[in-house]
Amino acid sequence: MRRALREIRFLARDPLLLGLVVVIMAALLVFVVYPLVLVLLQSFRTPDGLGLDNYALMAERRLYRNALRNSLLVGTVVGVCSVAIGYAAAFVLTRTDAPLKRFFHNLTILPIVSPPFSGAISILFLFGFNGIITRQVLGLDDFSIYGFGGVVASQVFTFTPIAYLALRGVLAGINPTLEDAAMNVGASRAQVFWRVVFPLSLPGVASAFLVVLIESMADFGNPLVLAGASFPMLAPQAFLEITGSFNLARGAMLAAVLLVPSLTAFAIQRYYINKRQYVTVTGKPTASTSKAVSPTATWVLFGVVTLFGLVVVAFYGVIVLGAVTAVWGFDYTFTLRHFRYVFEVGWDTVKDTIIVAVVTTPISGLLGMVIAFIVVRRSFPGKGAMEFMSILNFAVPGTVAGIGYILAFNNPPFILTGTLAILVLNFVFRYVPVGIQSGIAVLRQIDPSIEEAAQNLGADGITTFRKVTLPLITPAFFSGLVFGFVRAMTAISAAIFLVSADWNLMTVQILNQVGSGRLGVAAAFSVVLLLIVMAAMAVITLLVGRTSETASTVRFG
Amino acid sequence: MTKDVDPRPVTPRTIDLRLVSLRKEFPGHDGGPPVVAVDDVELEIGKGAMVTLLGPSGCGKTTLLRMIAGFEEPTSGEVWFGDRRVDRLAPNARDTAMVFQSYAIFPHLNVYENVAFGLRMQRVDKSTLERRVSEVLDLVGLTQMAGRAPSQLSGGQQQRVALARCIVLEPHVLLFDEPLSNLDAKLREQMRVEIRELQQRLGITSVYVTHDQVEAMALSDVVVVMNRGAIEQVAHPRDIYARPANRFVADFIGKANFLVGAVVDDRHVDVAGQVLTLGSPTSEPVGTELTLVARPESIALTRDGDGVPGTVTRATFLGDHAEYLVAVPDVGDLQVDSSNPAETGMWQVGEAVKVRTGPLHALPVSTS
Repeated sequence: MRRALREIRFLARDPLLLGLVVVIMAALLVFVVYPLVLVLLQSFRTPDGLGLDNYALMAERRLYRNALRNSLLVGTVVGVCSVAIGYAAAFVLTRTDAPLKRFFHNLTILPIVSPPFSGAISILFLFGFNGIITRQVLGLDDFSIYGFGGVVASQVFTFTPIAYLALRGVLAGINPTLEDAAMNVGASRAQVFWRVVFPLSLPGVASAFLVVLIESMADFGNPLVLAGASFPMLAPQAFLEITGSFNLARGAMLAAVLLVPSLTAFAIQRYYINKRQYVTVTGKPTASTSKAVSPTATWVLFGVVTLFGLVVVAFYGVIVLGAVTAVWGFDYTFTLRHFRYVFEVGWDTVKDTIIVAVVTTPISGLLGMVIAFIVVRRSFPGKGAMEFMSILNFAVPGTVAGIGYILAFNNPPFILTGTLAILVLNFVFRYVPVGIQSGIAVLRQIDPSIEEAAQNLGADGITTFRKVTLPLITPAFFSGLVFGFVRAMTAISAAIFLVSADWNLMTVQILNQVGSGRLGVAAAFSVVLLLIVMAAMAVITLLVGRTSETASTVRFG
Repeated sequence: MTKDVDPRPVTPRTIDLRLVSLRKEFPGHDGGPPVVAVDDVELEIGKGAMVTLLGPSGCGKTTLLRMIAGFEEPTSGEVWFGDRRVDRLAPNARDTAMVFQSYAIFPHLNVYENVAFGLRMQRVDKSTLERRVSEVLDLVGLTQMAGRAPSQLSGGQQQRVALARCIVLEPHVLLFDEPLSNLDAKLREQMRVEIRELQQRLGITSVYVTHDQVEAMALSDVVVVMNRGAIEQVAHPRDIYARPANRFVADFIGKANFLVGAVVDDRHVDVAGQVLTLGSPTSEPVGTELTLVARPESIALTRDGDGVPGTVTRATFLGDHAEYLVAVPDVGDLQVDSSNPAETGMWQVGEAVKVRTGPLHALPVSTS
């Protein structure tokens, strides 16, 4: 207790910074914790008070039981597949001398920047009732892509890049001299891999699996499009309970159930596996074209990467084609009327989406860096809690957060429903963790005495952050900005609860168009959305890249 | 050298930096007892003095420095700059400037902007800023480098930027945290001289942390020897060397032979039957046992004549001097240094010699 007071007094020497800490703490409590607490409370609400009635339904109703089982099953299968493909890609692209590595790297991560369910639309174009492959090529009449297979396929497409990026860091961090050493003492190529490289990467594999599992469980768009009525899943089911049957308590209960495996996986990933990583991801790849991989193995793995790359190309190709095709499956004439629809009827939505993203991006980017700075460089009571709260949203499925925001901000003291603010706040606090994480990682590599020097020379805490810290962590700031923008443009699971007639989002429009069978319009929206995201990334690179030119040419320490 | 080593004439200085029972505890590991890094330190430093905090790693010298700068908050005690109490102030409100061990140069700013940083924080007007920055760059010889990025500078140049960035502010107190430890030996010596000259020219009260005794000797008006969070001795470098206050100081500064002797009269002691001379008179009663310090270079070896007989057991040639280990019956092994062995020749291992000591320094009884 005395220590806490001492720390506060120490921080209070810089009142502005103390104020900032208090404000951030309050904001996290209101916009992260409070909605979650309300979801949990709501899930216990019964007509006559509080009770376990809703949870009893979970056991009684087959629909709910199946939803839970299906979500876990899909999550596990998608986790395994994504990690397998991601591992192959990461291995080929970091540890062999396969050709066109840069190209395949970019191709593999492309799905990250598109809406999380564009894969689902592509699958409908290819394998749906009127799909090119199922109907036109194979002539199948009774084939249904809806259900387990469809969801798994679209989620593997969506989440493989995440697994790939995580595993790439892990594999690049394994020092190639270890392989040389193993071969030097007589290990064969296979032994080198199975006895050295693979065990070293195992914590990373487990971590990537859990991240994909969390993402898959939380995914809303793909299941909503592809699961179908006979294959219920938790996230869409919670949504349907609320928007379809207006049963908030049951929706909240399903959300709470969804939260359990997500938080568990998150806790395991963060507090158990990450402490056992053998390699620290420094972001500095050790260039290695290892001799420890046989040409055959290289080409087999390269085949996997090429195949995935082809799927990416095909998926994006059909979306572009679908956007300019009159009626997919029947009339393949070229048309621009889907785009005309987007720009005439849907223009307000496009505008809203851009405004939301443009407002969200700098706020969440800056907030991420500020929180990273405070957490790494200052000590105060509740610092651990601040770090925890600020990254908790990594694990909270969007559906849960969306329901929480409806519950929290529909009534006094906070009435925000239907405003721009509720969307922006939701996005800021949902997507700030990535910025925080990369900010923390970069800051830990920067000698703290550089910031102490600034203070020593007369800069207060905020000025130090502005003039010294921020320029030094530009790369993290940049990735926070890009991530914030991409996610704000492509988010759906929480946003679908928060949009209104005044503020609508393109992703919600796309889902609605898919729902009403107008795939062409959905595809046109997707193409426009993708173009906006890419243009924005170019602009951010240009803006931040110019200011960071000096920073990136000097080495730290 | 039989003459007393006189302390430098003390010029009365106004007290400029005052530490009043300054204490720092760090929380113990896993709920253990707190670790005392600085243990109720009292220190007064005169205006314009260069003071080094010298001690082995972990002795609390850096923590002490960081409390003066404001990066650590004292558990208790006070820090005064002149008549201003500063221990509750944030680092940026203290008017100190610190040269860091890692230099901590802003990597995103060029040399000029690094030096100008503090002045910009003070919102100094443009013409004054330009004048002061260019004066200081001139002073440290970096005028040509003003537009360079820090990564384009050598270690010594980076060091000068760090120094220039501090002195341009004309701070109340200048702080140095082992600033030379990253430089190679030659450059270290050169920078040592430069820092000393600059500090004397500018007359800024300075506190300098180092674990290198040579650096401390060369730089300071006053050396503060620290050990385990407490001050062992505060004195002029010559006194620290010639009149160490206790065994730790004698051992840490230079090399020392410790002898045990009994007081014969106020000028003489009896060591293993030999009556030896003290460097300064003792007031201890006859027969009191004293611990005596004999520096290796104050011991002379001769073939015959006066002295205690001994045998050379180790002989090492080191160019400018030679080091011997001489076994003396009833006394033990003595370290002996002799200069210019290349011309005067070396004693051989096994040779019988006579050992004569110069005046001995007796450690105060309570601390020996």
